[in-house]
Amino acid sequence: MTTAAGTPSDRSVLPVTERYTVLGWLRRNLFSDLFNSLLTIVAIGFVIFIARLLLRWAFVNAEWGVIPANFNLIMRGQYPSAEAWRLWLIIHLLGAVVGMMWRLISGQFSGAARVLVAIPFVLMLIPFFAMETRLNLLITAAASGVGYLFAGSLYIQRRGRATAYLLLVYLVVMLILLRGAGADEGLMPPVQPILWGGLLLSLLLAFFGITLSFPLGVLLALGRQSKLPAIRVISVVYIEFIRGVPLISLLFMGQVMLQLFLPDGFPLVDRVLRALVAITLFSAAYTAENVRGGLQSISRGQYEAAQALGLSTFQSTIHIILPQALRAVIPVLVGQFISLFKDTTLVALVGIFDLLGIARTIIANPDWLGTQPEVFAFIAVLFWIFSYSMSYASRRIEQRLGVGER
Amino acid sequence: MSENSTTEEIIICQDVCKWFGDFQALKDCSLRVMAQEVVVIIGPSGSGKSTFIRCINRLEEHQAGDIIVDGIPLTRDVRNIEQIRSEAGMVFQQFNLFPHLTVMENITLAPIQVRKMKKEEAQETAMGLLNRVGIPEQADKYPGQLSGGQQQRVAIARSLAMSPKIMLFDEPTSALDPEMIKEVLDVMQELAETGMTMLVVTHEMGFAREVADRIVFMDGGEIMEVGTPEHFFTNAQHERTKLFLSQIL
Ligand SMILES: Nc1ncnc2c1ncn2[C@@H]1O[C@H](COP(=O)(O)OP(=O)(O)OP(=O)(O)O)[C@@H](O)[C@H]1O
Ligand SMILES: [Mg+2]
Repeated sequence: MTTAAGTPSDRSVLPVTERYTVLGWLRRNLFSDLFNSLLTIVAIGFVIFIARLLLRWAFVNAEWGVIPANFNLIMRGQYPSAEAWRLWLIIHLLGAVVGMMWRLISGQFSGAARVLVAIPFVLMLIPFFAMETRLNLLITAAASGVGYLFAGSLYIQRRGRATAYLLLVYLVVMLILLRGAGADEGLMPPVQPILWGGLLLSLLLAFFGITLSFPLGVLLALGRQSKLPAIRVISVVYIEFIRGVPLISLLFMGQVMLQLFLPDGFPLVDRVLRALVAITLFSAAYTAENVRGGLQSISRGQYEAAQALGLSTFQSTIHIILPQALRAVIPVLVGQFISLFKDTTLVALVGIFDLLGIARTIIANPDWLGTQPEVFAFIAVLFWIFSYSMSYASRRIEQRLGVGER
Repeated sequence: MSENSTTEEIIICQDVCKWFGDFQALKDCSLRVMAQEVVVIIGPSGSGKSTFIRCINRLEEHQAGDIIVDGIPLTRDVRNIEQIRSEAGMVFQQFNLFPHLTVMENITLAPIQVRKMKKEEAQETAMGLLNRVGIPEQADKYPGQLSGGQQQRVAIARSLAMSPKIMLFDEPTSALDPEMIKEVLDVMQELAETGMTMLVVTHEMGFAREVADRIVFMDGGEIMEVGTPEHFFTNAQHERTKLFLSQIL
């Protein structure tokens, strides 16, 4: 209490000129005494030294030609060029969906939407993009605008529910576009998942890994708290087994063992799908442990109040316990999902060409000998962009939901 | 209020016993509460007051004796338990409002989910109840934005939204700042005047004296003495009752 009350008066003691100026700030924070000043100078020197090394490499020594030459490979792997329009359509539709969501649930979503809609414009600035790519990005941005206006022209009462349906429909359309249907000579010939690659595959593995493991993880977390011993034991054994095993071994097991458990002809022959199963099962155990933390943070009084009102266990779980528990663990879950996104690179070790797998094939190509630093730097930047966007979006959502306020 | 027109016994507790491990928290507690009666339970800390009223809606399970609420015997049968819970509202010392829901949603949740009431109807009822507890303007706020007294009044409204026949109160004013106690007690008094059957654990002797039909004194897990306020404040029988009253008054 005393310190909080003391701050404003401290501030008023400072000379007026130093209170809000840059110089004042510098003096107070970086050069307050001799030791602090020395530290500041050494740190600045170190940063300049590293930055110069990096910049010199990036702008003088690096052979960036490898990136545009392999750009399509990095973005979509072996996905046929003739079918690339389907991927663009998926992106345009996503733009439209974001635009519609911005309108539908503006309150919770506007911060994240602003960032998402800005992405195509930012990407257009990348120097080596082909004209066609830029044009497509422009269409995506336009689609967002159209989506926004379209949603505004609709009269919708249950906006949350409408958004959920919208996302569901988008998901289905996306899968159909991606996977294709009908004859090989048709409008949308099938593209086997093993041909999906590069950034496309990394994003897909992360997205489906997250969306499929999340409900499974929540069920496991609830199962671990169940009053029924059988369910509790199954949950605990599952969680502890998975958490005791490295993901890479699950990926190998998924490749060789999954078909032992499945009936002949089960459509899980594709190694990409097998990897996805392994990732999902792996991630679910961690989600379960994180959600359990949220469940434990809920006071007994909440359960009792729900019981005393006559709510069934199921009702109180859905309406009282889970909403609070999940809200409390959003930051942890997002952290977990970001590491899941990065962990998907392990699939490169079981012969799947995600971003890392593609990178390895490029540098193994005799034409591009010695370009490891450029290729890996570019891949790292791609990972950073998506990971950072996720953590930024989660911070916005946390603010909106007022996590930590109550 | 001491004269009751109805003679229906709405809560019957007969020789109720409860153990926490080896520790016996309730020892052969017997009490019969008439419909529309207000019974206040007093006693020193740890005497089993909370445990006793929490047994009545099965937040605690009793191990021996019988509890019958409005003709429904309290057994392991889940249907009986749910039925009793929807007839007996409970107000807690710590309010236990749902922090992620607005005041309105707190009040309408159970009527919509348990009673399958239409949302509009539930909201109308809720508005009426908020008026009754004196805070209609707070409907769209979150519990964290309200004062303690306001939160407890919302909690009372939330229980009343299920149209219970009985209201159980476990020290509803103990967590409140002194200036907020009165607003909650006023709401409770008004509720008593409308003929609600109430079982109230409290240390508010003024409330007990004015509103209670009968007072129950508990000590060491036993019901030591039951009587009218007049009896209690003028000629309590037990030494321990007298000691307790002398300490608290
Ligand atoms: N969950 C529990 N496990 C073990 N012992 C318990 C539990 N709940 C209550 N007790 C014990 O049972 C006895 C009665 O507790 P109870 O909460 O009913 O007392 P109380 O009369 O309500 O006291 P207070 O005025 O402090 O609220 C106490 O000795 C307490 O320690
Ligand atoms: Mg108590």
